[in-house]
Amino acid sequence: MGAIFRREVLSYFTSPIGYIFLAAFYAFSAVFFTNSSLMNGSTEMTGMFGQLMIILVVLIPILTMRTMSEDKKTKTDQCLLTAPVSLGGIVAGKFLAALLVFTCAVAVTVVYAIIIAGFAKTGAGVDWLVIIGNVVGLELFGASFIAVGIFCSSLTENQVVAAVISFISILALSMLSIVGGLISWEPAQELLASLSFYERYSGFTYGMFDLSNVLFFISASVIFLFFTVRVLEKRRWS
Amino acid sequence: MIEVSELSKHYGDKKAVDGISFTANDGEILGFLGPNGAGKSTTMNMLTGYISSTSGKALIDGVDILEEPIKAKKNIGYLPELPPLYMDMTVKEYLNFIYDLKKCKLPRVSHLKDICGLVKIDHVYDRVIKNLSKGYKQRVGLAQALVGNPPVLILDEPTVGLDPKQIIEIRTLIKKLGKNHTVILSSHILSEVQAVCDKIIVINEGKIVADDTETALSDKLTGAHILTALIEGDPERIAREVLAVEGVELCKQINERDGAYEFRIESEEGTDIRRELFRAMAAIDCPILELKNAEMSLEDIFLKLTMGDAAGVSDKKEEK
Repeated sequence: MGAIFRREVLSYFTSPIGYIFLAAFYAFSAVFFTNSSLMNGSTEMTGMFGQLMIILVVLIPILTMRTMSEDKKTKTDQCLLTAPVSLGGIVAGKFLAALLVFTCAVAVTVVYAIIIAGFAKTGAGVDWLVIIGNVVGLELFGASFIAVGIFCSSLTENQVVAAVISFISILALSMLSIVGGLISWEPAQELLASLSFYERYSGFTYGMFDLSNVLFFISASVIFLFFTVRVLEKRRWS
Repeated sequence: MIEVSELSKHYGDKKAVDGISFTANDGEILGFLGPNGAGKSTTMNMLTGYISSTSGKALIDGVDILEEPIKAKKNIGYLPELPPLYMDMTVKEYLNFIYDLKKCKLPRVSHLKDICGLVKIDHVYDRVIKNLSKGYKQRVGLAQALVGNPPVLILDEPTVGLDPKQIIEIRTLIKKLGKNHTVILSSHILSEVQAVCDKIIVINEGKIVADDTETALSDKLTGAHILTALIEGDPERIAREVLAVEGVELCKQINERDGAYEFRIESEEGTDIRRELFRAMAAIDCPILELKNAEMSLEDIFLKLTMGDAAGVSDKKEEK
């Protein structure tokens, strides 16, 4: 797992993908930060965190599109699958590498918080707990999207197809509550809302650190990584 | 070291590999010979745990590849048909990655250096794999199989894409490795398998059609009883006289070249008619310009092995 993790991290930065992802994330977050916090002279950062969710729908597929599909296409999966490593180890290594790059991106929000703290007038200080809650929420939210992206990438050997499927899946998972709103039957509405990634993440941006939301994102990540392992397994048996 | 029993792989209705069994002992080089699509690669992929078998068992050093894959895979070095190289890495980065991936315990620097020396890739060690020629990529592929010094080496067409000099080098290397490794290699080139292997398994359409030692098989396949001869003179007369030689069963004119005629002469198995043939031709003053054992092409071998001797042998080789 360690070897795969290191190789994946390296490959994010020997190809343009890692740089594109980080640059895009930094640029968008800076715009949102300037717009929602600096321009308003506010120490509130929830506006930025809420808007970041939208660009992740586009950016995460770029980060994960080649994780599994590339290996299948170039047959390098033969090297991984015939090495003494478990399938879980392969998937976990790739997931953690993507998560590390994502964490590098998210880390910039801490810099913004420090900037605000520096400029804040006494009495209107930064609420660090809310910011930490937001950062953790964003990290978890991204992790579950990465797991979905890796799963989608394992379904095809074409990176573009992988990116498109990931984009659609992530968008659909985020929008479940909107779909729920169209159904008049209340239990279905509630079920879809509780499965909606967006609803779950919104909780964090309101400054609520709800453990059930944390567990939701962790389980979503684990489930999609497990599905990925099953896809690899199935490919061997078909 | 490697025990395979009734191994099968079905893709839907298609039987890619259909119940093959064999064993390869320690320090033995086993050759898989077969045309494209015969099931060589599929068998190797099953042995290395890349794909699973539909039924049957494959034991690597007594460990079942499906039941304890990680333990079994530790003992295998695998060079697939297409070397599994990460094109964006340098040879150095790649081999270090493989070293970590295989959780190798040998001293890193000296072990990798030894391997690079063995497959002669020292001077491209710091280059990006993407920029290497096909021959070098193949060698890097071979190098990754050797990392960790696994007792079993499985090499799928290891000499494809190499130039003649490199082919000889790699063959020599495989022979050397065969002394203290169990090697399974596949090829569709008869002469390659003959040159390198101790034991040959011929596969066609997913089934083993012959399983023998190298000498026994090549005697059987390219025995002295089929000759091609280039003889000068009147073709009808020559054919008549050749048939009169004791033991000759068939004499067929297959070609004409510069006023001489090429004949395919088949005699009873186990007989050697070359001397008699010489005397017979000398008697009618028809000089033999060329005389050689008819080498069989792979197609001929399959025809022969799958249909038996009676089916005869195609003339494809001679038409060349």
